[in-house]
Amino acid sequence: MMGDLRELYQEVIFDHYKKPRNFHKLQGADCCADGNNPLCGDRFTVYLKLKDDRIADVSFQGCGCAISTASASLMTEVLKGKTVADAEHLFQGFHAMVTDTGVSFHPELGKLEVLGGVREFPARVKCATLAWHTLNAALRGQGSVSTE
Amino acid sequence: MNTVADARKITVVTECAECPVSAKNPAHWRLDFPILKERVHGKQLIYLDNGATTQKPEVVIAAEVAYYKHFNSNIHRGVHALSQKATEAFEDARVKVQHLLNARHAEEIIFTRGTTEAINLVAQSYARPRLQPGDEIILSTMEHHANIVPWQMVCAQTGAAIKIVPINDDGEFIFDEYLRLLGPRTRLVGIVHVSNALGTVNPVKEIIRAAHAHGVPVLVDGAQAVAHAKVNVQELDCDFYAFSGHKLYGPTGVGVLFGKRALLEEMPPYQGGGDMIRSVTFEKTEYNVLPYKFEAGTPNIAGAIALGAAIDYVTQIGFDAIGGHEHDLLEYATAQVSDVPGLRLIGTAARKAAILSFVMDGAHPHDIGTILDHQGVAVRAGHHCAMPLMQRFGVPATVRASLALYNDRDDVDALIAGLHKVKELFG
Repeated sequence: MMGDLRELYQEVIFDHYKKPRNFHKLQGADCCADGNNPLCGDRFTVYLKLKDDRIADVSFQGCGCAISTASASLMTEVLKGKTVADAEHLFQGFHAMVTDTGVSFHPELGKLEVLGGVREFPARVKCATLAWHTLNAALRGQGSVSTE
Repeated sequence: MNTVADARKITVVTECAECPVSAKNPAHWRLDFPILKERVHGKQLIYLDNGATTQKPEVVIAAEVAYYKHFNSNIHRGVHALSQKATEAFEDARVKVQHLLNARHAEEIIFTRGTTEAINLVAQSYARPRLQPGDEIILSTMEHHANIVPWQMVCAQTGAAIKIVPINDDGEFIFDEYLRLLGPRTRLVGIVHVSNALGTVNPVKEIIRAAHAHGVPVLVDGAQAVAHAKVNVQELDCDFYAFSGHKLYGPTGVGVLFGKRALLEEMPPYQGGGDMIRSVTFEKTEYNVLPYKFEAGTPNIAGAIALGAAIDYVTQIGFDAIGGHEHDLLEYATAQVSDVPGLRLIGTAARKAAILSFVMDGAHPHDIGTILDHQGVAVRAGHHCAMPLMQRFGVPATVRASLALYNDRDDVDALIAGLHKVKELFG
């Protein structure tokens, strides 16, 4: 039993939950969006600074569970320096990883691989993808998104 | 291995075989609920999400099956035997509800889809035609969304406004604030009998008395109350009382609105259709009498009949026995969870029903819910459809363990063991 839970709650997840990276409001952000999951009360804001077609900087703020917070934190780490097209591609890869048990690992996801355990916990997919949906909303100029 | 406990266990089973509803001993009650034998993630199911819905005893399941197997047919219209039998069983269920609530008349019992529909019925049929701009409806901070949103809708339709009675840090209704809000513009008070998110038992009788002193009717949301204590609408003198069958060991999709006959008679129908009419021409329709005026269309016949069986079940055990057992269990559970380091109970009212809502340092309710689920312990994690209440306590969500008559100390111990696992994982 604990084995399964350890799959979900890996050390990297605890680390990012307790010490989220890029966890601040980004001064001079070009775009931002609010994301919330009304079912569990999770709420994040994702900030982006774009240079040409690249994500020069990205940060987030808010409050959520271990899965949603770690996913947001890891996402900001992976996204820095990526193009907008890369970001969308990563989101697709990440989404496939947490929902589809047959999917092979997308190498560019890097540390985000630790969230692969979520696929065994369908009730938590929305937690893992909240920050990503919020990122998407920010990139598309939508002010807010809800994952209910 | 052959211990006294084993011997006792054998005796229990023998007694229960002779007496399926063993009213005297709480240890027997859980045997009446087949689902409690299920395993979840390889563990014995420990069901502590009774605030969301209760499990069903065999007699309720059997009543629903018997209707479909032996006398399924539509009610109030058939000349044939099955229809008459179905009508009789459906109307019997109404009388059972009448007795459960101690309503004066059977026609004061309206079958609805649940508490939500019952409240919407009152909002649209009682309040809407009466409300004027500037009129006020009083609610409390601890209302479920089902007792907030219908009033917001009717306020948007009429220009009336909602006033909120605050609660204190223990999650108790602040009566003085209520008295301050009650005034010449108050048209209705809506109050939850037992808070779904906190367990607080509200002083509804006193709330009603104060409202009546101003000539204001009161709707009581009894969704979380009916399974735990005897409700007496005549003694409370409430004008409307709403509850759901599925939180009273009955099926989903059936609920009840009690309304005082004089009020219901003045109210226009909530929905139009079959069964709620006496005669129809394209020029004019004459509505049916109570309670049929409010029961348009074919109702949840099987559900109402099975709700009747659920009422028989709890009545046989008796609310004194149920209340006593749940109170003991709540005291035990409260003491046990209070010993878990970093745990904070949300809702510590002096008068509480068997609900424990809590948060833990360093672990989000959603994570706690997942970890408990993996040990077979089903709890609710979230805002419990009471977002204003979560805001009041400054938390996004809580974990809620809500107890029922079939829960015992072993279930509480499993919850506590699960919370220690949370500590182990989250540090």
